[in-house]
Amino acid sequence: MNKGFVRGIFTVLIGLWSVTLLSDTEGVFDQYREMLGDDNPAIFVIFDGEEIWYAPAGPKSVSLEQCDLGLGPGVVEGAYAQLPRYFPDVDRVQDVEARLEYCMTQLQGLTPAEVHEKPYSLRGDLGTELEALVAWIADQSSGLVIAPGQAHAKERATYALGENLFYYRAGPHDFSCATCHEQTGRRIRLQALPNLTTHPGAAEAYSSWPAYRISQGIVRTMGWRMRDCMRQQRMPELIMGSQASVALQTYLAVNGAGASMAAPGLKR
Amino acid sequence: MGNLDPLGLTRRGFMRVGGTLLAVAALPQKIWAAALRPETVFQTTTLEATFEALGGVPQVSDGIIFSTPDIAENGAVVPVRIEIDPSVLPDVSKLYVIVEKNPNPLAAVFQVPPNTQPYAETRVKVAQTGNLYAVAEANGELYMVQRETKVTLGGCGG
Amino acid sequence: MASRMRIRAQLKEDYCEVKALMRHPMETGMRKDQSGAAIPANFIEDVQVLHNDAVVVQAYWGAAVSANPFLGVRFKGGAQGDVVKVVWRDNRGDSGSGETTIR
Repeated sequence: MNKGFVRGIFTVLIGLWSVTLLSDTEGVFDQYREMLGDDNPAIFVIFDGEEIWYAPAGPKSVSLEQCDLGLGPGVVEGAYAQLPRYFPDVDRVQDVEARLEYCMTQLQGLTPAEVHEKPYSLRGDLGTELEALVAWIADQSSGLVIAPGQAHAKERATYALGENLFYYRAGPHDFSCATCHEQTGRRIRLQALPNLTTHPGAAEAYSSWPAYRISQGIVRTMGWRMRDCMRQQRMPELIMGSQASVALQTYLAVNGAGASMAAPGLKR
Repeated sequence: MGNLDPLGLTRRGFMRVGGTLLAVAALPQKIWAAALRPETVFQTTTLEATFEALGGVPQVSDGIIFSTPDIAENGAVVPVRIEIDPSVLPDVSKLYVIVEKNPNPLAAVFQVPPNTQPYAETRVKVAQTGNLYAVAEANGELYMVQRETKVTLGGCGG
Repeated sequence: MASRMRIRAQLKEDYCEVKALMRHPMETGMRKDQSGAAIPANFIEDVQVLHNDAVVVQAYWGAAVSANPFLGVRFKGGAQGDVVKVVWRDNRGDSGSGETTIR
């Protein structure tokens, strides 16, 4: 038997093995989603977010209207689709949450501690201001092409950091993001696990957050989603707007680049 | 920065409510007279007790077209739709949505005058995999159809 | 002006279809919050759909109707431009409403 033949047999066997293990949830919830139609309660949160953007707040009693999300002060339409990106005024890459934190501290006079006190809802809450803002800002990019910045050296370095973190195993379970998200066609119970290392999986994931989360009745952000993954992996808390959070979102956004935003989405 | 101010929402809602209540109070009294919530039926805790409170075990009828998903992605929101075929089941004036394994099986009641199609679409909480019932009342008689909906537990994310 | 209801009314073959999405927590009273305290029951009990100020659907809901509830109904006799209203009242005495014109 020559090497080619052995390799051939091996390839066929691996192929068969992969096929029998393919157990994704494709189609199982189609009927459920179809019956839900397009009535997504996220629309109420979007209205709230818009109100909050234009409302004076903080010690300086100023609105967020002059906040620059990357396309100029106050330009919200299309901004989410181009995040994360490098911002010269802070000389680093920021995602939407990091940028909102910057605007809230600079324009409105809030302290970082105040911004970080409660960015995400707890059980029983009806939503936070941050969640509403992100819902509205993302809605202003709905249908637009995901195009995070990668021209600047720091943007590329952030992607590399994100990729590193994605594969970094830690915590008591020795999990990394890759443990669940680097294979195609996997699931936990009936929850599909998208392959985030490839374009289709990353695009589907990145384009559909922030999302109205049915089980919680509120809108959750991409930053929250990653933080909650970390919690379930028994990792230390992923801090909103931190370098690690920005890097992971950059990794996902770049892998999904080219697809269209479809947020706020609807999730379990 | 923190929660959406629940008081704020209520405040805004209340101002609008003020306007609404005024408008509603101006409506003819006969409209509100029809508003008699069947409170005792909402309090029952078993399927048997619910049927009893409604007036008896309904007969199965294929005049009720009941749509529910076979599998719900999450039990907190399960879409249901009830349509009636009037050629099989005329004069339907009330529809009930019953979720057998909920702590209180009766979830919703829909009452329609003759000019309204007996039709209702809503979303209900389903505590666990089990039967859902669409019950129709016509001329004092009760009819039903049942369907099972499976409720899944999630994985981690989504 | 934060909206608490999205309502659409559309003429179909021989009926008008109304779809309303309402903002309401529909709290059952059985949940506990992060600190372990019970979250009080807070849910819509009565809903009315009105066409030109006449009630076309009267609904009664329990706490088992989903949060941010959806309602779809159909009635006859609607014409383009007619006003359709949805009014709700919850167990705490709060009310909400929305209105639209038939398209």
